[in-house]
Amino acid sequence: MAKRMFRVWRGDADGGRFEEYTIDVDQGMVVLDCIHRIQALHATDLACRWNCKAGKCGSCSMEINGKPRLSCMTRMNTFAEDEVITVQPIKTFPLIKDLVTDVSWNYEQNKRIAPFKPGKKNKDGNHVMYQRDVERVQEFRKCIECYLCQNVCHVLRDHDKKDKFVGPRFMIRLASLEMHPLDTEDRIPKIKEEYGTGMCNITKCCTQVCPEHIQITDNGIIPLKERVVSRYYDPILALWRKIFSKKDPS
Amino acid sequence: MNISEIQTIEHDVLVVGAGGAGIRAAIECAQQGLNTGMLSKSLLGKAHTVMAEGGMAAALGNVDKRDNWKIHFRDTMRGGKFLSQWRMAELHAQQAPDRVRELEEWGAVFDRTPEGLISQRNFGGHRYPRLAHVGDRTGLEMIRTLQDFCVHQGIHCHMECTALDLLLNDGEVCGLVAYWRETGRFVIFRAKAVVFATGGGGKAWKITSNSWEYSGDGFGMAYRAGAELIDMEFTQFHPTGMVWPPSVRGVLVTEGVRGDGGVLLNNKGERFMFKYIPERFASETADSEEEANRWLDGDKDARRPPELLTRDVVAKAIKKEVEEGRGSPHGGAFLDIASRRPAEFIKKKLPSMYHQFKELAEVDITKEPMEVGPTLHYFMGGIRVDHDTQASTVPGLFACGECAGGMHGANRLGGNSLSDLLVFGKLAGAGAANYIKGKSLKAVDEKQATAIIRSATDILNREEGPNPFLVHEDLQAVMQTNVGIVRTGEELQKGITELQRLKDDAAKVKAHATSQYNPGWNEAIDLSNLIVTAEAVARSALLREESRGGHTRVDFEGEREEGLTYNVVVKRNAKGDMDARREKRPEPPKALADIAYANLEDLEAQNG
Repeated sequence: MAKRMFRVWRGDADGGRFEEYTIDVDQGMVVLDCIHRIQALHATDLACRWNCKAGKCGSCSMEINGKPRLSCMTRMNTFAEDEVITVQPIKTFPLIKDLVTDVSWNYEQNKRIAPFKPGKKNKDGNHVMYQRDVERVQEFRKCIECYLCQNVCHVLRDHDKKDKFVGPRFMIRLASLEMHPLDTEDRIPKIKEEYGTGMCNITKCCTQVCPEHIQITDNGIIPLKERVVSRYYDPILALWRKIFSKKDPS
Repeated sequence: MNISEIQTIEHDVLVVGAGGAGIRAAIECAQQGLNTGMLSKSLLGKAHTVMAEGGMAAALGNVDKRDNWKIHFRDTMRGGKFLSQWRMAELHAQQAPDRVRELEEWGAVFDRTPEGLISQRNFGGHRYPRLAHVGDRTGLEMIRTLQDFCVHQGIHCHMECTALDLLLNDGEVCGLVAYWRETGRFVIFRAKAVVFATGGGGKAWKITSNSWEYSGDGFGMAYRAGAELIDMEFTQFHPTGMVWPPSVRGVLVTEGVRGDGGVLLNNKGERFMFKYIPERFASETADSEEEANRWLDGDKDARRPPELLTRDVVAKAIKKEVEEGRGSPHGGAFLDIASRRPAEFIKKKLPSMYHQFKELAEVDITKEPMEVGPTLHYFMGGIRVDHDTQASTVPGLFACGECAGGMHGANRLGGNSLSDLLVFGKLAGAGAANYIKGKSLKAVDEKQATAIIRSATDILNREEGPNPFLVHEDLQAVMQTNVGIVRTGEELQKGITELQRLKDDAAKVKAHATSQYNPGWNEAIDLSNLIVTAEAVARSALLREESRGGHTRVDFEGEREEGLTYNVVVKRNAKGDMDARREKRPEPPKALADIAYANLEDLEAQNG
């Protein structure tokens, strides 16, 4: 057991400050355990979100010593022994209280996306999909909606263009629909015009912070950009479409 | 307080809980054209369902064509030690395949067989590979699919909103009082029917796989409204929770590890489960390592390895090994898959287990064994419901998912929970929709609403009182010690006495600061439900004088014939105290009893 010092952001939309707490830290503890200990012993009204405590639900996102992390998966022994641990809420979304932010904007984006629209089943009542064809979609479906990617996305964080870009989380949601072998919906026009693929300038910050190690940029956003490009900017295809059809021939 | 100043929201049906069962119930109501509300204690998509790992049981017969619903039903009855409600187990086994296919139709991407169908994996107590799954994150797939589907169904989802208590009008449910976590403000929901899908109450124990949300809210609210709880003595201790380091003690390790070939070893390197095969399962379980290994290699004539016996059996075996000095360094057993499967296979089939042990315990499960031990995981018991409509004993209140009792009897099979959520979620939604036909909203009794709100604000307003977090820790210690995996009459009695003391403490707790997003206040409110849950388990356990499934009495060893003739039912009496009584079970329907006691070959022959 060792004594460790924490600086935790306390406050609400009207302002706040860092408060210092010193607690005993036992072997194996993660930052979320420490927050809970501070809560139980020093600040019962310290607000934070959490659920599964095993990296599966994506509730406990925070900025720990400046890095966006899941606090349940951040072990105390990854810090130097005398290091003060600074914990603050994720910055991109409006603060509610202490470590809790208003992430409702993300839920609004999800509602805007046209839902999954499967093709017909086989006569025996089954859909047939092969493992090799579902794997890339399964990668995107690992997303636990921790919104760390949304938090570090420059378009959302620094430029606050939430009206122009749905952010990396919903880019991979879109990718998971567009690449779903059974899906028949066409979302490419909206991906270009409304969801804002063009806003991403591929700095890959989202990929770096993803606790599920999803290759958000390489496997999700870039292929979506390519689909938009081939639909709208390929001169031969454009000519083809002009002559024969309005629908993408692929 | 002027009640007219409190925000009021009206729905036809209000669903409380937004895990698999709650969302499925809400979808059913919305699809029937009802104005449907859904309360979620957390953000949408974070409910406990997200933590389910192994899969969803349904006799699709995609991997082994010998499977059919009757064999699933038989497995469920045997796993539940014949105490499951027969009709519920029947409905579940019959309807689970349609619910899996429906989930696929809504966008779920399950792992596939070589033929391109939904793949199925082996699990404890299931005769054939039966669990539709996505690696070891099936719960995430389920909740995200339901979530993404439900946002287009016109359901009003009220996030971070906690229900406090039901409102009754002339004995019928007419709504409930809740509060918004974000602001701490109160809200009255008026509804013609309320569906509870509130999950279990594992947070009453110290070592548990459950999160803060699992505070028995549904049990507490239903009980206070006069509903009956059933089978509350049957608490499932999952055999494999993490045991080290201390901060993650109890976090779940999926049964899929054993389904995919993992074995349990003691500190002598002995594969000890062969010593613990109950007579009932002896004819269907491998009796040598050689046979168990052949099964793993795909020999269909080989019997299943004993690591895949039901959870109650495996949990007690691990406890026994530890007690007799053959445990792992931190008081568990070794779970080894590293020496059984290649690293690539493990990372592919069990990615989140790999990740979880690597990050939290610094153990590489492709190279070393895990240390595991029992953790309180699931409530078989719960709110007593009608088998087809999920109506509770209080008019207008329905229940589904973990908070409803009866489906799993004395022990739940792994994988039967995710399927339960969808099967009974849909039935509860339909039951509520049917119930409200021709009904209108009933008036709210202001006195009742005021009393509910006052008891919540008192916690903030009193001058001083115990710290709610410390009272909770006290409760967890009491339950872990006195109402644990192995019980005695004396300890249960002591537990009940201690709970009386805790009730007094809980009534006096003080939360500081304001009601806005205040975990101390939220915790203080949850305490009363946790204590109702704890007391119901302790009193029911005291009445069941035998050992069966998830309930083990050292002073009454083994299953007793008499034990099958009753259920323990809990209800609040006129004085406001808890009564537990034994209630006679009806005779099983003959057609179902014939299936449950049939031999396997006969059932397999009925396919096609």
